[in-house]
Amino acid sequence: MTATVQSPAPARTLRRARRRWVPPYLFLLPAGVLFIAFFAIPIVYAIYLSFRGFRVTGGGPFGVRQEAWVGFENYIKTFAEPEFLAGFGRLAIYGVIAVPLTLGLALIFALLLDLPRIRAARFSRTAIFIPYAVPGVIASLLWGFLYLPSTSPLNWILDKLGLPDVVMLSGGALYPAIANVAIWGGVGFNMIIIYTSLRGIPSEIYEAARIDGANEWTIAWRIKIPLVGPALVLTGLFSLIGTLQVYGEPTTLRPMTTEISQTWVPLMKIYRDAFARDDLSLAAASSVILAIGTLVVSVILLRATQRKSFGGGE
Amino acid sequence: MSTMTNVIPAGTRRPERRVQPGQPRRGAAVATIVLILGALYCLVPVVWVLIASTKSNSELFTTFTFAPGASLFDNLSDLFTYGGGSFGLWAMNSVIYAGGGAVASTLISTMAGYALAKYDFPGRQVWFYAILAGVLLPGITLAIPQYLLMAKLGLAGSYWSVLLPSLISPFGIFLARVYAQSAVPSDMMEAARIDGAGDARIFTSIALPMMVPGMVTIFLLQFVGIWNNFLLPFIMLSDESKYPLTVGLFTLLSKGSGTPSLYSLAIIGSAVSIIPLIVMMLVLQRYWRLDLVSGGLKG
Repeated sequence: MTATVQSPAPARTLRRARRRWVPPYLFLLPAGVLFIAFFAIPIVYAIYLSFRGFRVTGGGPFGVRQEAWVGFENYIKTFAEPEFLAGFGRLAIYGVIAVPLTLGLALIFALLLDLPRIRAARFSRTAIFIPYAVPGVIASLLWGFLYLPSTSPLNWILDKLGLPDVVMLSGGALYPAIANVAIWGGVGFNMIIIYTSLRGIPSEIYEAARIDGANEWTIAWRIKIPLVGPALVLTGLFSLIGTLQVYGEPTTLRPMTTEISQTWVPLMKIYRDAFARDDLSLAAASSVILAIGTLVVSVILLRATQRKSFGGGE
Repeated sequence: MSTMTNVIPAGTRRPERRVQPGQPRRGAAVATIVLILGALYCLVPVVWVLIASTKSNSELFTTFTFAPGASLFDNLSDLFTYGGGSFGLWAMNSVIYAGGGAVASTLISTMAGYALAKYDFPGRQVWFYAILAGVLLPGITLAIPQYLLMAKLGLAGSYWSVLLPSLISPFGIFLARVYAQSAVPSDMMEAARIDGAGDARIFTSIALPMMVPGMVTIFLLQFVGIWNNFLLPFIMLSDESKYPLTVGLFTLLSKGSGTPSLYSLAIIGSAVSIIPLIVMMLVLQRYWRLDLVSGGLKG
């Protein structure tokens, strides 16, 4: 009885609420479904798997392998494995070379392109951007051949001069050689992001600075670099994330050298554990650690740079 | 968001910039030289692969690396007949994955970004932060659980196993949201609503045309991203006839380490496969709105 009396009001608000809810959710639906299917569920599944493992029950030679909850065993195993930690060590050396050089070169090229009276600016900008179109695997292949003693142009010149060959893919040159592939592929894209951001700065600011007697050097340091801060943070973030998931480059260069092991970087070890050793739980635990590590590093970077640009200072 | 409206056409300088007479020319010359050195560094490997693709296998290891050979057509016919036309298949697969994936994911991202930017609805913040976390989370660490799920669904190894995960791009949604926020005026949507237009109509006839420049950028980023992706197809696929170019060329090279005769195939394959993408980038360069990417962080 009361229900029929009250029904018009809730129905109207319900209809109004539905009108508010439904259209945005319909627009969001395809993305939402795909996000849940390919991000949320895999994350939950990976976390689930990382706590599972095989336990031998019954003991002796006739023990039965059974899947069971193993708690943090896989995580402990991951951290106890020297190869996984060594992979992070190698990743760190690689990243220390690749990230600052990629960003530094991108920033320098962008600032130079933004200077007055530059010649062949369009040619240079386009040429530096071209490697972005080259897949990492193919970039590694190209550089791999340029590094190979028998096809390297550098060694051809050294031979003609009667000097000994330089070996690129072993010893101390290995890290710079692999980092170089990533730098080559990444400079152009980052340069364009910084450059477009520079072009967005109103030129009156420079005019004013020039009237005050500032030279291009001072303008770059005091005005341009601080103003493109957000672009630098973003490119830094992408370079860092890219570094943590390095996989294609060392994998492609592997056939060309004996010094890149099957577990050279964390992702290569995860891949081997999952597919060659069939230890999915261990691979899942390592993936979770890598993902958490990436998130932590990203958040720290964002926090640190935001404090620098908004919190502290003059 | 003033940067949003600032389209940067290729090669034009700020017209209002006047160079003062006393400014040193030497600085500009040094800067030009540094830029040209950078350009050379970026071009050398590309030039090398184009030259090396004209060499026969024996020339590859004996003649000077930058001296062209005479075997371009032999190499090309070797490439396209290798494994009964595998290379052509790989190229076609790359076009399917990158083309289909980028078109669909651009539409999906645009709709989602538009909803997040222009509607106020319960759960909006949750979705936005989830997607932001998706941007920061390396997609690659998800590849293995994605594979396991695909295997459970019986889809591992199929075209869908590569296409479907490529359709969702948190970064694309993020960019679409930034762009919708600045490019689609709320007043205009409100006016259309008063005139009786439905939400679908407002989206297709007002928002969509205004978002086209942003959509082109998302499309290009996605296209290049999928085209260059290696780990996802490498994990998902086992049948060589479904490989994209990256995985196909990788298997060619890995086999080549045992049989050097495949080296020249890997080289001509690389040369042929990078040309279309470089051409596409050069042609579409002026449609790139990468200020979107850096503008996004301020918004």
